[in-house]
Amino acid sequence: MAKRIDVSDLNIYYGNFRAVEGVTVSIEPRSVTALIGPSGCGKSTFLRSLNRMHEVLPGARVEGKVVMDGQDLYGADVDPVDVRRQIGMVFQRPNPFPTMSIYDNVAAGLRLNNKKMKKSELDDLVERSLRGANLWNEVKDRLDRPGSGLSGGQQQRLCIARAIAVEPDVLLMDEPCSALDPISTLAIEDLMTELKDKYTIVIVTHNMQQAARVSEQTGFFNLNGVGQPGRLIEFNPTEKIFSNPDERATEDYISGRFG
Amino acid sequence: MTTTSAPTEPPVQRPVRRIGDRVFSGGARIAGILILIVLAGVGAFLVVESLPAITASPEDVPGEGGLAAYIAPLIFGTLLSALIALLVATPLAVAIALFITFYAPRRIAQPLGYVVDLLAAIPSIVYGFWGIAWLAPQMVPFYEWLEENLGFIPLFAGPVSTTGRTMLTAGLVLAIMILPIISALAREVFGQTPALHREAALALGATRWEMIRMAVLPYGRSGVIGGAMLGLGRALGETMAIALVLSVSGGITFNLISSGNPSTIAANIALEFPESSGLDVNTLIASGLALFLITLLVNTLARWIVNRRADFSGAN
Repeated sequence: MAKRIDVSDLNIYYGNFRAVEGVTVSIEPRSVTALIGPSGCGKSTFLRSLNRMHEVLPGARVEGKVVMDGQDLYGADVDPVDVRRQIGMVFQRPNPFPTMSIYDNVAAGLRLNNKKMKKSELDDLVERSLRGANLWNEVKDRLDRPGSGLSGGQQQRLCIARAIAVEPDVLLMDEPCSALDPISTLAIEDLMTELKDKYTIVIVTHNMQQAARVSEQTGFFNLNGVGQPGRLIEFNPTEKIFSNPDERATEDYISGRFG
Repeated sequence: MTTTSAPTEPPVQRPVRRIGDRVFSGGARIAGILILIVLAGVGAFLVVESLPAITASPEDVPGEGGLAAYIAPLIFGTLLSALIALLVATPLAVAIALFITFYAPRRIAQPLGYVVDLLAAIPSIVYGFWGIAWLAPQMVPFYEWLEENLGFIPLFAGPVSTTGRTMLTAGLVLAIMILPIISALAREVFGQTPALHREAALALGATRWEMIRMAVLPYGRSGVIGGAMLGLGRALGETMAIALVLSVSGGITFNLISSGNPSTIAANIALEFPESSGLDVNTLIASGLALFLITLLVNTLARWIVNRRADFSGAN
């Protein structure tokens, strides 16, 4: 549970286009790390490279090293499927499987990992995951209804429940609140604060207040211009980033002077 | 509007509608009504023309056993050949569609899609010739093997047809004919599976096949059923290929590899019509009415299957 991730000299490509360049960073376990920056600066791309979801797109590839507790995630003998089982992901738009019930959505990952699980065991894990995502009380009476019938915020918490059901080491969140209203956003942020006791959480967000509220460390990505690769400009404790950043560009961005 | 105490009628407000909008909605409505009129016309023709056969005394109907005895084997043959076609074509079409959408390299995928679509452009009489001249003789050794090893199953009891012009051959020809319809629709819906859901599965640590099972197949389910029903419609109504391939004699039998097969409704009409007059024609039309009703029933059933789990379709 909760492993650290060390990234060194990571370049990320879409075909011949270098989208992200030279990222070196250490992500601490049991904490929330936020990634901020203007649109198109490569922070989502970077996030997706951490669990090898990046390479799902044709032509996408990575150079450099991503090491999780000593294990090179891009090693020659590493199956990306195994990496994704250890590193869960929550997406920008809530994406519960529309053809599955709430229960089956949460159980989906469990069934992949462990085909022969007893019904009672599965029931327990589903309940625990839904409680973990603060959703149990709202859905316990309609577990057999489709997940797509829930509100946006509930759907997103369902996706979090689905991701934590398999007990990953790391949880990646790609703008998890950008499609949600403020109340639902608050619910998700509270949830992150609870989850960081057990997981390493990396979140991409456009909402700087959110980064300031939930994260311990913050990384600021930027790019020099259109067609240029994105870079990690600064990586520091969140307090420092928002009060006294090292870089001029960071200060300009968080104070709203550009971007 | 504020409420008024006066009992006068409130002024009628017509929504503003542009001329183009009115023309278009009128045109669309006419098109919709037209199809109903055509359908009703065909239905009325079938009913009116088959009435003499329905009310005729059993001796006058061809075969002299009454209308039901005449049509029953035809209905059976129609359903059996179409069922074989559907059972063979659907899994194959789904596999082809999955290969084209998810496994084939892009360079191969598109030409392969065209080639499969091209199967639909071949006239059915060509399929018939191909079936009778090439496929049927090729199948004979296989049928002999079936009889020898699986003969205890009534389906393969034999005796094996020496020409290979059997119900199974007819079903296989039909299967190839309906393959492009089903695979084209399956390909379409599989390709439309939202990236969102595919990525959700992959991010949970699904392999590609598991992703297809979790996200793609359930999402495409209604599309595949729809495609299968379209294919079934074609298989039920297919005339020339069956008329050429199937060696007809005898009545209802589940024996798929012998030379004694019931004909199908459409093939029977095509073969018998030129020689018919009077009540014989009415009888043939009555069998056509039966086909019409079967097709209607099949489509209703398909719609019901698709709607049964509408909540989970992803459309909400």
